[in-house]
Amino acid sequence: MKIVLLSGSNVGTKTRTAINYTQTSIAEKYPEVEVSLIDLADYDVQFSDGRNYLEYEGDTAFVIKTIMDADAIIIGTPIFQASIPATLKNVFDLLPEKAFVDKVVSMIVTAGSPKHYLIAEQQLKPILSYMKAQVVQTYVFIEEQDFYRKEITNDDVHFRIDRLVEDTVVLTETYQEIRRAKEAEYGF
Amino acid sequence: MENYRIDPSKGLEFGIYTLGDHIPDPHTGKRISAQQRIHEIIELAKLAEQAGIDFFSVGESHQDYFTTQAHSVVLAAIAQATEKIKIASSSTIISTSDPVRVYEDFATIDLISKGRTEIIAGRASRVGLFDLLGYDLRDYEELFEEKFELLLKINKEEVVNWEGEFRKPLRDAKVIPRPKNGSLPIWRAVGGPPASAIKAGYAGVPMFLANLGGPAQSFKISVEAYREAARRAGYNPAKLPIATAGFFYTAETTQQALQEAYPHINQGMQLINGRGYPKQQFAQGADTRNVMNIGSPQQIIEKILYQYEVFGHQRYIAQMDFGGVSFENLKKNIDLIGTEILPAIKKYTRK
Repeated sequence: MKIVLLSGSNVGTKTRTAINYTQTSIAEKYPEVEVSLIDLADYDVQFSDGRNYLEYEGDTAFVIKTIMDADAIIIGTPIFQASIPATLKNVFDLLPEKAFVDKVVSMIVTAGSPKHYLIAEQQLKPILSYMKAQVVQTYVFIEEQDFYRKEITNDDVHFRIDRLVEDTVVLTETYQEIRRAKEAEYGF
Repeated sequence: MENYRIDPSKGLEFGIYTLGDHIPDPHTGKRISAQQRIHEIIELAKLAEQAGIDFFSVGESHQDYFTTQAHSVVLAAIAQATEKIKIASSSTIISTSDPVRVYEDFATIDLISKGRTEIIAGRASRVGLFDLLGYDLRDYEELFEEKFELLLKINKEEVVNWEGEFRKPLRDAKVIPRPKNGSLPIWRAVGGPPASAIKAGYAGVPMFLANLGGPAQSFKISVEAYREAARRAGYNPAKLPIATAGFFYTAETTQQALQEAYPHINQGMQLINGRGYPKQQFAQGADTRNVMNIGSPQQIIEKILYQYEVFGHQRYIAQMDFGGVSFENLKKNIDLIGTEILPAIKKYTRK
């Protein structure tokens, strides 16, 4: 199983801190899972110009091909101006329309205020559904006060991320199993 | 219809098209040489002619896994190798070529083929050729509209006066040679949502409608939008032919056809578009109401007659070689078309 951890912003450190912990959590519980961490802050990704994703080059090509090759994607995103960051939206725009068919996608949200809690529900989930993802319905919402100097200080956040990792792996395995059984029935 | 060389009283025309893809056989992982692939395409056109198939066309795609970038050159070879089958491009990407040069080429192919050549002009669904041939992708839409208009103008007038944005003006320019009968049937390739179909209708040009799969009913929206747009622009839709194009594969049983076709189409889509063909949707492709013509000869006859009822089109063209299908299987397909499918289709659609 291939999981991509996508840290969706090139500003700040909290989302990356949460994604780092997620990586550790997967490595401990599911060492057999192949994990790639993409922090958009580390890549020079161009704006989508409408071409097929195979036709991009450099960092842009690397980022979207890695996502397309994944079985599951855990998206980490901050909330900017009551929405997802442009860097993350650009990744969606670079991908083909039904990019998440047969992929499981889950979400970790970091925000400066609890007022942003429903943003993932109302803005991110509709995008993932449109792109045909199997969405892990429960997401992890982390506030500013749960961090101190690039560490998560709230144990409950650790537990919630651990549960999200478990849900993501279980749903991916289950979904792949269901699909295999269903496709075997077609007989071609 | 006559100026497009179509006689509806003879029934629905049946054709074959290739994109000239050059993809390994998914069963063996091996890929034939480009030389062999091109010769097999020429040979396929000859076999199609012998089976009584009406039309054969070759497309251009400038990227990995394709081999007929110079599709007009391949068509010239086919023109020489055949005697009565109609031949065309499917499509010529007019946006990234000079219409004068395209017209010279196709008029010449028409003379070689003694009046059997047509052009289908498209906008490209894969856009790598913009960089390769030195155009800006941001001009995608305008490049097509301007150059397509010029191509139509050259087809009407031997001496052309024209100016536009993307090439130098033409002043009393004589575009020769002229095709055998003075002009060529020129179609507009249309895919996806009805917007493109509407543009074809407004221009009063015949439409080639491509479909990869899904209910025939959905594509009827484009057909109706096309006819309505033509009517509004003052053309008589009854005089404008419509052709449809899509996946085709036949074998003794529908299940066998699905089994044989799926690995090719799935791998081909994966390599070219970056996403395979979902099995679930492919399974639905066998349904009579689905435009994908994959199944037993009987099932395909039913599907094509159903589509004929829904669209009222004049020509259907089949893509059967996509994704490294062996030449032996292509021959079997041609054989089943010639002996079973074609006679039934003609019988029921002839007036």
